[in-house]
Amino acid sequence: MQRIGVFICHCGTNIAATVDVKKVVETVRAEEGVVYAADYPYMCSENGQQMIQSAIKEQNLTGIVIGSCSPRMHEATFKKAAAQAGLNAYMVEVANIREHCSWIHKDIGEATKKAVILVRAAIAKVKLNAPLQQGTSPVTKRALVIGGGIAGIQAALDIAEAGFPVDIVEKNPTIGGRMAQLDKTFPTLDCSACILTPKMVDCAQSDKIEILSYSEVEAVKGFVGNFTVKIRRKARYVDETKCTGCKACMEKCPSKKGLNEFNMGLNTRTAIYIPFAQAIPNVAVIDPAQCIKLKTGKCGICSAVCGAKAVDYTMQDTFIERQYGAIVVATGFKPIALDNFNEYSYATEKDVITSLELERLMNAAGPTGGTLLRPSDGTHPKVITFIQCVGSRDTSGCGKPYCSKICCMYTAKHAMLIREKYPDTEVHVFYIDVRTPGKNYDEFYRRAVESYGVDYIKGMVGKVYGENGKLMVQGENLIDGEQVTIASDLVVLATAIEPEPSVRKIATLLTASIDTNNFLTESHAKLRPVESPTAGVYLAGVCQGPKDIPETVSQASACAAKVIGLLVKNELKTNPCVAGANESMCNGCGQCANVCAYGAITYEEKQFRLGGGKTETRRVASVNPAVCQGCGACTVTCPSGAMDLKGFSTKQIMSEVESVCRA
Amino acid sequence: MTDLYNACLSRAQELLKSGEVSRVVGWKKGEFCFDVSPAYFESAEELNEFTYDYFCGANLSKYLVQIAKKEGKSAVFLKPCDTYSFNELVKEHRVPREKIHVIAVECRGKADIKKAESVAGEGVLGINETDDVNLLEIKTRSGKTQTERRNILLTKCLSCKGKKHVAADEKIILKEPIETGSDRFAGVEKLEAMTAEQRFAFWKSELSRCIRCNACRNVCPACTCVKCVFDNPESGVAAKANDTSFEEQLFHVIRAFHVAGRCTDCGECTRVCPQGIPLHLLNRKFIKDIDTKYGEFQAGEEAEGKTPLTSFKEDDGQ
Repeated sequence: MQRIGVFICHCGTNIAATVDVKKVVETVRAEEGVVYAADYPYMCSENGQQMIQSAIKEQNLTGIVIGSCSPRMHEATFKKAAAQAGLNAYMVEVANIREHCSWIHKDIGEATKKAVILVRAAIAKVKLNAPLQQGTSPVTKRALVIGGGIAGIQAALDIAEAGFPVDIVEKNPTIGGRMAQLDKTFPTLDCSACILTPKMVDCAQSDKIEILSYSEVEAVKGFVGNFTVKIRRKARYVDETKCTGCKACMEKCPSKKGLNEFNMGLNTRTAIYIPFAQAIPNVAVIDPAQCIKLKTGKCGICSAVCGAKAVDYTMQDTFIERQYGAIVVATGFKPIALDNFNEYSYATEKDVITSLELERLMNAAGPTGGTLLRPSDGTHPKVITFIQCVGSRDTSGCGKPYCSKICCMYTAKHAMLIREKYPDTEVHVFYIDVRTPGKNYDEFYRRAVESYGVDYIKGMVGKVYGENGKLMVQGENLIDGEQVTIASDLVVLATAIEPEPSVRKIATLLTASIDTNNFLTESHAKLRPVESPTAGVYLAGVCQGPKDIPETVSQASACAAKVIGLLVKNELKTNPCVAGANESMCNGCGQCANVCAYGAITYEEKQFRLGGGKTETRRVASVNPAVCQGCGACTVTCPSGAMDLKGFSTKQIMSEVESVCRA
Repeated sequence: MTDLYNACLSRAQELLKSGEVSRVVGWKKGEFCFDVSPAYFESAEELNEFTYDYFCGANLSKYLVQIAKKEGKSAVFLKPCDTYSFNELVKEHRVPREKIHVIAVECRGKADIKKAESVAGEGVLGINETDDVNLLEIKTRSGKTQTERRNILLTKCLSCKGKKHVAADEKIILKEPIETGSDRFAGVEKLEAMTAEQRFAFWKSELSRCIRCNACRNVCPACTCVKCVFDNPESGVAAKANDTSFEEQLFHVIRAFHVAGRCTDCGECTRVCPQGIPLHLLNRKFIKDIDTKYGEFQAGEEAEGKTPLTSFKEDDGQ
């Protein structure tokens, strides 16, 4: 005989203000099998849990239903409490009467009615629950970091510091990412390369870190603690183990017209190249789209001049497969394309540039050797106008609806650096708002205005156009209430940033969710900010949301802490809610394995008795419970209904549905 | 007897005699010319009953699920459309390919006895080809009638999906295939053009004739579950009360879902329905939707690979 206990939580007034909790208790008390029903202001509190535990013991409950917040919040709490009182944790069901009811309804009568229905459905389900036991699975003590920017570097260094091996997969020929392109960093104005390159070197020198540069993740199988990842090592046409980074090939390469990606296309590079002086690995790579030898078969100069005999034109992409326990995604960002912003004349005027291009123009290792010169004629710009929020906070559909977060600070930085180095330059900044929360950030911005005399104009720019060798920036000054036109020599667009587009593929491979702006979604916006909803996958840097370097580094270290916390475990408890085939009904058609994202299903030939001494050999599905993640895709695909999910059986779900329909 | 029949018969005799196969799956004569039934033949004597003519519409692929369990190899006569079902069964591991010898046999459309009777009257004795490729001759007790080929072909042949066999170990094709198919999705489009109410009324009326004889399910090459959900009291959908409510008829809708993405559009469901319900329209709606949302796909074209409904591509329709 089932003995069900029902516990309804008020959640302070979160539930009780909209749901008549007492009425719910009285109504469900009459349900068949319910022997105990009670309510309490905070079921999750110590007292609430004790109440549940004593009821389990005193009433000999065989199953319990908690009407409370989402199971994502407190299911684990209640399961633990039940287990401590001697009830199997899987005999606990949570009816979500907060997020699914009280928070979304206003009418008390209606909400109470719905709460009763939800609790009844949970009662109907719990009656069919069976006690389940958790299994264990081993943990591969190696981490994968996807992306070798500052986020990936920091995460890898921290994980390696704890003694675990880490691989960094970077799609570009070198690690370093966006930070390597920056000139100075706010709010301290220290040189970006000076603080980044030591970390890059640390990665290269660490015996725990392997850098797989010029590589991409191709396929991911498995689950937390046991990922199997296939990595494509793109052909760089230069043997990484032989190349000494002497650059002799770069000096002789006759194909010199490739756009230099590292310098944002502001100058050119040779077909065989090392992206920048401090690149790691300091190994050349050949751009196959540009190399004369690879395109026409004629040339081969780089191979001839290479003392190390490292050049190999026949090199092909290769694949490696490795096991990992945890994966950190740190794929970074790129500035958005400005195709939708013709009003700023970016495409037509050489001296309208993005902020990232300005970084390169001010950098000592950049195309101008660090002297700020106009791209068009190489002269010193005397009037520079910055335009903020180009594509950020844009609800017109042309840009991004979010704030890119870093632009206010880097523009203040740029303005200050220019005024410092070239005091005769006039600097204007058009802005919507200046957003400078952060330690020493507002002080930094005020210094730009107060000490460096940067002219901040509140207002948006309508148009930039060339006239008599000047760039006319037409905007509004909201404070003075007038239209202004500033004849400028250089216009810098604070271009919105967006996640590196390759993140979409990575997200699909990892079954990690992504939002409408292509940012990876964290498990909980406040309480689990570095974990992806996919167990064992962690998020660092701008792939999760716009952030600056200090925040990125913090998040990367937080990721590392999570990864280390996972990798120190020798085994993980597995979810017992896994699929299984009823072999007497399975016909081995193979559809379940087709839809299984985890590769948990295989088939085996089994003998079955047919009666009358006869037997039959049939192919049937077999689920590896350690690999199955309980997603249920197979159960709905199976036409025979042979596949079922423990804890969420078809019968349980149908029983819930029937209970709802009866209401 | 036609050349084609003779060619098939002698090849069947050869295969049995040489011991290359233990049995031949084909069609067996009945009391009348039109009540041909699927059968397997294990000896030359048994082959006396073998036939192959305009009434051999039955798709033999599904019988292989059981027949392949017998000792030895089996040969089977498959028309072009039947080979799609065969591939699908191989793909789903229901038929071991190595145990089957596929004789791809010529087909120029198969006849529907009801249509033939409505053209020529009762007492049909046979259907023969004429010198004009578009005309068929119906022989009855009272004489001979010539009619347009399309007038008496099975519904499934009117939207024949191809003349090409997609599986074959050998071929018996004496004459060039001819075009019998027309717009496959015209019927579906007509239904799509209706309002939801009209469509519901259409299906309610059609399905109300269903007597739940299960012929559609039993003949369907995609319906090969060890235990059908409708026979399984545990499934929660079996054994509904035999009432007049529409719920009972949802059987057909559920069945269409179960075979979606695997149905080759062989048309057997409609052919065998004693109540004349156009069941193939349900399946064809799925086929059309799959084509538009996930790209052109013909189930059974390949004997391996994933189907659009059990795989994910980034550009899949929502």
